[in-house]
Amino acid sequence: MAKAKFETPELSEFVDVPNIEEGAMAHSTCFVAKPEHQEPLNFPGERVEDWHDKAIEKMGDLLSRYRSFRVYLDSCVKCGSCTDKCHYFLGTKDPKNMPVGRQDLLRKVYRRYFTFAGKYFPKLVGAADLTEEVLDDWYSYFHQCSQCRRCSVFCPYGIDTAEISMAAREILASVGIGQKYCNEIIAKVYKIGNNLGLPGPALADTLEGLEEDVYDEDGVAVKYPLNVKGADILLVTPSADFFAEPHVDGLIGYGKVFHEAGVNWTLSTTASEAANFGMFIGSYENMRRISLRVREAALELGVKRIVFGECGHAWRVAYSFLNTLAGPFDFLDPDYPVPQHICEFTWNEIEKGTLELDKSENDDKTLTFHDSCNVARATRMGDTPGGQFDIPRNVIKAVCNNYHDMEWDTIHERTFCCGGGGGLLTDDLMEIRVKGALPRMTALQNVMNEKGVTHMAAICAICKSQFTKVLPYYGMDMYQIVSVHQLVSDAIVLNRKTPPEEAPGYGEDDDD
Amino acid sequence: MSTVYALLFIVATIVLVLGLARKIVQYAKTPAPLKIPTTPAPVTQTGVVMRMFREVVFFESLFKSTKWTWIFSWMFHMGLFVVLARHVRYFVDPVPLPIALIQPFGIYAGFAMVAGLGGLFLRRIFVDRVRYISAPSDYLMLLLLIFIGFSGLMMTFLIHTDVVMVKQFFGGLFTLSGGELPMDFALIMHLTLVAVLMIILPFSKLLHIPGIFFSPSRNQVDNSREKRHLASWAKKLEES
Repeated sequence: MAKAKFETPELSEFVDVPNIEEGAMAHSTCFVAKPEHQEPLNFPGERVEDWHDKAIEKMGDLLSRYRSFRVYLDSCVKCGSCTDKCHYFLGTKDPKNMPVGRQDLLRKVYRRYFTFAGKYFPKLVGAADLTEEVLDDWYSYFHQCSQCRRCSVFCPYGIDTAEISMAAREILASVGIGQKYCNEIIAKVYKIGNNLGLPGPALADTLEGLEEDVYDEDGVAVKYPLNVKGADILLVTPSADFFAEPHVDGLIGYGKVFHEAGVNWTLSTTASEAANFGMFIGSYENMRRISLRVREAALELGVKRIVFGECGHAWRVAYSFLNTLAGPFDFLDPDYPVPQHICEFTWNEIEKGTLELDKSENDDKTLTFHDSCNVARATRMGDTPGGQFDIPRNVIKAVCNNYHDMEWDTIHERTFCCGGGGGLLTDDLMEIRVKGALPRMTALQNVMNEKGVTHMAAICAICKSQFTKVLPYYGMDMYQIVSVHQLVSDAIVLNRKTPPEEAPGYGEDDDD
Repeated sequence: MSTVYALLFIVATIVLVLGLARKIVQYAKTPAPLKIPTTPAPVTQTGVVMRMFREVVFFESLFKSTKWTWIFSWMFHMGLFVVLARHVRYFVDPVPLPIALIQPFGIYAGFAMVAGLGGLFLRRIFVDRVRYISAPSDYLMLLLLIFIGFSGLMMTFLIHTDVVMVKQFFGGLFTLSGGELPMDFALIMHLTLVAVLMIILPFSKLLHIPGIFFSPSRNQVDNSREKRHLASWAKKLEES
């Protein structure tokens, strides 16, 4: 694919709120799903003839099923509080990338068809008919939202543009205009079991390879088990963890933590994917279908606990929605929350003192932490609000000597999205991804200059992939993004030695 | 003329009450299928009440956002609140003590309200981002409120209205026994605009008043792992 032509924004010390530039990103679009991506998700293969009526009908359906959708469309007073909060607006200057600007693309149609004022006084209240042009705008701009919820933090009514984007995408998909990237991936999950389309044997092979790598390096037979019935813990992790850098280093780290904690754990081919792109496309039904695989795997393997690996939106679906979508989990050990985050698990073990950690192993790095948007603003870790900020940092600080936060208004609940979340992590959206990364890149550069930070840790597969790709656009190194459990992996001292017969390849005829 | 105004206020009250009730019922009946509090969120119901209180009384989220908008809108809303409380004396007899006590502050509150509205109006014109998202109704709504506040202040400072007569009129309205309204320009303007405001409230963005209380990102408890949350329509999916 030809590289999109656009200019990477220049980094300066601050991200100034730009003057608006209408239409600056109107050209941005992404590939439309083909029938084979649409139909497995129960969406029409192509744009339906009566798309106008069907779209309005779908909007009515969503209005009756989602309180958020209805209340948010009614409540906005256009105060402007959100207008300078979206990373995509800050990076592109396009007013339709202001959260309220984006919402209004849908709100104006809602008003026209569903409100008294919009039906009889459309001009007065900014209501508009659903036309081909509006539909194109929807497709373009609702795929320039990463559903990161930053706007919802600052809205006096908590209006969350993510909810509007999800609804818009569901309306689009239901009239046959789905997004190829998300829907192809969901279809792959249904067919093969994970986003990357790794079949069971490939997975087994990869995990065996990891066992060998760890054994070669540390001389300890750390296991990366797959489909082990009767294991205590089912680990569900994004499939990127199985091979992409730096994700896989994180997976190696989870395995070492489990090993040292002395627990029995397993991965599963049935639930070989933590990600749930059903959320991105706003489809409860698809999100539920994807989630049910986790329940199925837990039942199939008879595990007692479920732990999720490092992934932002996956943790949102897991933490906030899994109990709703695939619960109740009364067949699991009631002593543990369902599900748990791997950072919660690791931090518990650190607190218990089961892990020996040699911080100096990470002395070649000075770390900062990127709060992944969905983890920060849509989930929790631990028992107290804000645990999602503290626990990953506690883990990092337990395994690294050098740590500095980025500026206060770019972390915690005010964190900026990496620019690639919400179903935007595709090459056809490279321009918006690069431009949307501007606020995060600015904060990173500042902490590099001021505190000598060399690496940024994250707990999200999308963040890691996005930064790997985008850091070079800003003149930084792709290897500066690391997994939190990669740091744990480097610092952990493997004290639980294993008998030689457990070593990978033991007893095989091997000359090398 | 007084009869026209009596009718206008009866109609306005009915529209306001029924319109608002209809929306509240609609919001209450629409399920929130997923747990979506903006986190960090309270983990108890009491915590949610506190969060909502801070949001409604102090505009916590707006405070985090832009200080100018916060100052103007807080001035306006708190001013309006005190002014409304002060107005209670026009409708009840005897005047309750708290209402009597806030009377002197009512005037300042009136000024704060109009000043806040003015600030919001200027912001809407001069900040390009806010101008971009403004429809004609957004300006008109501010103007409507400004004129209501302005005409109200006029009655105190420029053309004194016969308040006793007004009180008799509204007292008469409650008992449907009729009464005469003093025909001052300021009062007529004030009452007309208030009636207009009451009538458009349930059909406009003023629905943010009930809306905030139904906003799932603000009113939900962060307890999704502990307590299963299931909407009625989602339950049906499980049964099929």
